[in-house]
Amino acid sequence: MKKLLIGLGFALGLPVILIALWWIGTIVSPSFFVPTPPELVVTFFETWIGPRIWVDVLPSIGRFLAGVTIAIVLGIVLGMLVGLNQTLRSFTEPVFEFFRALPPPVLIPVLLLLFGTTDWMKIGIIALAAIWPVLLNTVEGVRAADSVQSDTSRSYGISGFNRVRYQVLPSASPQIFAGVRQSLPIGLMLMIISEMFASSSGLGFSVIQFQRRFAIPEMWSGILVLGLLGVAVAAIFRFVERRVLRWYHRLKDLENAA
Amino acid sequence: MTSESLTLETPTQVVAVARANTRKRKGRPKRLLLGLAGILTLLAVWEIAARVGIVDARFLPPPTEVIPAFFTILTFGDFWAAVGSTMLAWAIGLLSALVAGTVLGVVVGLSPFLRRATHSTVEFLRPIPSVALIPLAVLLFGVQMQAALMLIIYACFWQIFIQVLYGVADVDQVAMATGRSYGFSKWQRIRYIVFPTMLPYLMTGLRLAAAVALILAVTAQLLIGTHGLGLEISKAQNGGQYVVMYALIVATGMLGVLINLGARALERWQLAWHESVRGEINA
Repeated sequence: MKKLLIGLGFALGLPVILIALWWIGTIVSPSFFVPTPPELVVTFFETWIGPRIWVDVLPSIGRFLAGVTIAIVLGIVLGMLVGLNQTLRSFTEPVFEFFRALPPPVLIPVLLLLFGTTDWMKIGIIALAAIWPVLLNTVEGVRAADSVQSDTSRSYGISGFNRVRYQVLPSASPQIFAGVRQSLPIGLMLMIISEMFASSSGLGFSVIQFQRRFAIPEMWSGILVLGLLGVAVAAIFRFVERRVLRWYHRLKDLENAA
Repeated sequence: MTSESLTLETPTQVVAVARANTRKRKGRPKRLLLGLAGILTLLAVWEIAARVGIVDARFLPPPTEVIPAFFTILTFGDFWAAVGSTMLAWAIGLLSALVAGTVLGVVVGLSPFLRRATHSTVEFLRPIPSVALIPLAVLLFGVQMQAALMLIIYACFWQIFIQVLYGVADVDQVAMATGRSYGFSKWQRIRYIVFPTMLPYLMTGLRLAAAVALILAVTAQLLIGTHGLGLEISKAQNGGQYVVMYALIVATGMLGVLINLGARALERWQLAWHESVRGEINA
């Protein structure tokens, strides 16, 4: 019980202090640019709980999910193909290097020209930006497969789909998850940027609209929504990763203990 | 003695390494040719897609127009001014994040109390997308470079801070205790024990942050309109100069490749040193 309370104290201590400082700060010297905490909470509920959920929040989340799902599936499939084939790997390496290094937001104008301001343009840019970490990590993960494992599956006659399914994919999965971990924030970032750049709805668009209308508390509440979305995405990823890679973390623990 | 000769223990290992090295040497020209073929294939597909007219030809100019335009803009002073502004924001942002992330990371990492007390706050603030702060940056700084710097520093700080925390957590407690009993001061322990352990982690953080800093510098230029390559791209797009727009995008990609290569070279230089030290400990 005492341990639990101490843990709770550590978890809430600093956030409470920071919010208290912010509160005191806004009372001592009120600023047009910074709302007080109660003001922000009230605005948050007034602005976002209601029709905006259907018009802005859910469509944004939908586009994000569609984009990163495409990126993850395509990234793993292409990564497997390229990782298993030395020739293909050399063939694609410089091209992949270029696209990995290209800051993805500069592709927004290109996709805008080619697809217009449609949902597909936004899903496309999210997928196009989020695919590289997954793809390149999958290639690395496949390449770094334990050679004893590969030899064993070969001598047991495991090949083709079964080899990919039961040897290559599991042994590459920790690296694939590392790629997904990097790609999720990039996808979220591009969701926001694409809506700020070219849209008439969505979270990114609303936040920019609030700023242009000098609706400051609403703008802060929008930033809060985007922040909470980021935190939620990270938490869900951690949950899934811990589930799927449970065997890997246990193996690591054993190795560390030894 | 090199690290390699230390880690090789049996003749089979020596033979395996020698074979791998021969393969690597033999494979190099072939790899380069294949890579070149890959680039040419991409350009050919792009050329055909542009000529066949799947999309409006104005919106997708062929590489035979974009590549000459790329070399033309290389001769423009405006282009280099834009590159300069982009790199300046990149460098100032990255350096500020590096200093802040390293100092705070070491201070927090060395104190179990601070590590526990900041954990929840860090886990909450870190996943907040930096671009969510764009409206705030515009409100506070308008189209000045500080707006870009705010986004860059926020995003890069976490990359470096977290890696430094991991690095400090990895410090060998026996080495720290030995340092203490040999009368090392706190500063000496940080300089000679914590810093070398942390360096490889810091390098990973720096490499990731270098790429992130470029992305955010360009994003700020595209969306907010601070001076730089992103602004030039959106100007070219609004002005209907699509060939120039594509050429600028290629140039931005090249800048990204250069930054990646530089960061990786820096990291390899550090990692080589790191592994050699590890090799001696194992031997």
